[in-house]
Amino acid sequence: MIDDVIKNEAGNYFPTREQYDALVAELHKSGYEYCSDLCAVDYLQHFDRPLPAGVVAERFEVVVNLTSVKMRSRVRIRVQVPESDPTVPTLFYHYPGTEAMEREAYDLMGIVFSGHPDLTRILMPEEWEGHPLRKDYSAERVPVQFKHSPAIR
Amino acid sequence: MQAEAEFSKETFEGPQEMTEREFTAPRELTVEEGAVLRLAEGVVVDAGDIDVEISDDETMIINMGPQHPSTHGVLRLMMELQGETVLRTKPVIGYLHTGMEKTGEGLSYIQGSTNVTRMDYLSPLHNELVFSLATEALLGVEIPERATWIRMLMSELNRISSHLMWMATNGMDLGSTSMMIFGFRDREMILSFFEKVTGLRMNHNYIRPGGVAADLPDGWEDDILAIAQTIPGRLDEYNDMLTGQPIFKERTEGVGILTQEQALALSATGPVLRSTGVAWDLRKSMPYLAYDQVEFDVVVGSVGDTFDRYAVRLAELRESVRIITQILDKMPSGPYRVLDKKITPPPRKRIDESMEALIHHFKLFTEGIKVPPGEVYVAIESPRGELGCYMVSDGSSKPYRMHIRGPSFVNLQSLPVMMRGGLVADAVAIISSVDPVMGEVDR
Repeated sequence: MIDDVIKNEAGNYFPTREQYDALVAELHKSGYEYCSDLCAVDYLQHFDRPLPAGVVAERFEVVVNLTSVKMRSRVRIRVQVPESDPTVPTLFYHYPGTEAMEREAYDLMGIVFSGHPDLTRILMPEEWEGHPLRKDYSAERVPVQFKHSPAIR
Repeated sequence: MQAEAEFSKETFEGPQEMTEREFTAPRELTVEEGAVLRLAEGVVVDAGDIDVEISDDETMIINMGPQHPSTHGVLRLMMELQGETVLRTKPVIGYLHTGMEKTGEGLSYIQGSTNVTRMDYLSPLHNELVFSLATEALLGVEIPERATWIRMLMSELNRISSHLMWMATNGMDLGSTSMMIFGFRDREMILSFFEKVTGLRMNHNYIRPGGVAADLPDGWEDDILAIAQTIPGRLDEYNDMLTGQPIFKERTEGVGILTQEQALALSATGPVLRSTGVAWDLRKSMPYLAYDQVEFDVVVGSVGDTFDRYAVRLAELRESVRIITQILDKMPSGPYRVLDKKITPPPRKRIDESMEALIHHFKLFTEGIKVPPGEVYVAIESPRGELGCYMVSDGSSKPYRMHIRGPSFVNLQSLPVMMRGGLVADAVAIISSVDPVMGEVDR
């Protein structure tokens, strides 16, 4: 399975969204005990960035850094996520520690992690509109959206 | 009101708060706890263990925070209680979110360290360090030896000051007011040294891409010697004051236990992970700077309870003192920053003499450093755990994306596991033992 996934010279994996979950499961079994970091990048202006042959550039990338305590090594996984359907499977069931990180990526970048147990906003207020870290979300021209006192639910 | 609700429906994904048991399906409860507890495949979750049977009449959801002195800032915890016992906990964060990652995309690499230093305000130098290391990794520059050792000295001192601050607030949370006074007193000594070197007590902007902002002042050895001679004696005092003390032991031993498997599964790092017995310290296992040239031990615990987390930090203070004494002997001479005019500004004197230096200075502060395209993940050991920086450059003078992996942000996820089945009174001790800094959690 791992051999099917495209790799670049630096040793980063570039799985498709279908391969992503299985690849992480495989790496988890092979000794990568914990997930250091999960974040998303919006490459709106850079569809021409260097990628290994066979990888189609999409607007978003989900970047996962896994770490192995035993082997003292790290591995990076970069998944291409299209703008039209920004969905990737959740890693929660392999690494429960990605719960907050995936919520953060959803909140700020709008990536939907299917199967996540509690995909809600984490840093921004619940009623916030839009996903602030996207490149088409202007930083300064948006009036601050204050959260009013919550209504009875 | 109604119209507003309609308008924001598109991105509204439901409340962040904890839902009541009645509205939480048993399957969700099992997921919430079963997956986190990382049961082996095939093991069925015992319904009794997950307490799905308890009805809402017996439980109560209370808020702790965001305004609560012992939550270390604006951490809000929603706790489901049955009597005095905590069943479920959910940290609700974001009250201090200021969008620093977004801000970072608008600042050049020279301005960037001013931004990141404000994230974890108790260890600002570590934030600057990880940002600078990431920038330098993209630039591919070698840092002069002296700069590396100054960085190491400053970050170890910062670890001491941060841990002392933790000792102080932890003492406060557990009712030892004298510990708070003592902790602040000793931290003061280090902060005045920082003030001497960097000009500021917090948010230094001292470690910058390319080296450090200024050389150490004359007589810095005496200050370090004074620190290295005072702190160990004081630590003995604190050891006498807290470690064997019955009330302190009662309140910490066996409270908030986290196992090795849970800690790794939850991506916990730093003292929280080491207290469970995993000898994982990035200074040792993936050395950066010159940590492979100094001698120190990685301190681990055995049980993973609140007491172990205290003991690990206390012993780490001694190790840090050991490191700074070695740095005192080994500090090399030489330039304190890269002498590449495209990366660091020329010395002030040169600007008056040379037109070329003036141009370089002007270009550097208007355009900034041009960093070649690429992406990099750099991680260092901050007092709270693995502090990572994922940086993407597109060749311009501003980072295209700068993501900071905050250790407290990730460590907070282990709170629900530690709290489960404990008492409300222990909650304060457990929160304190994780040492969250909300500036970094919310960024």
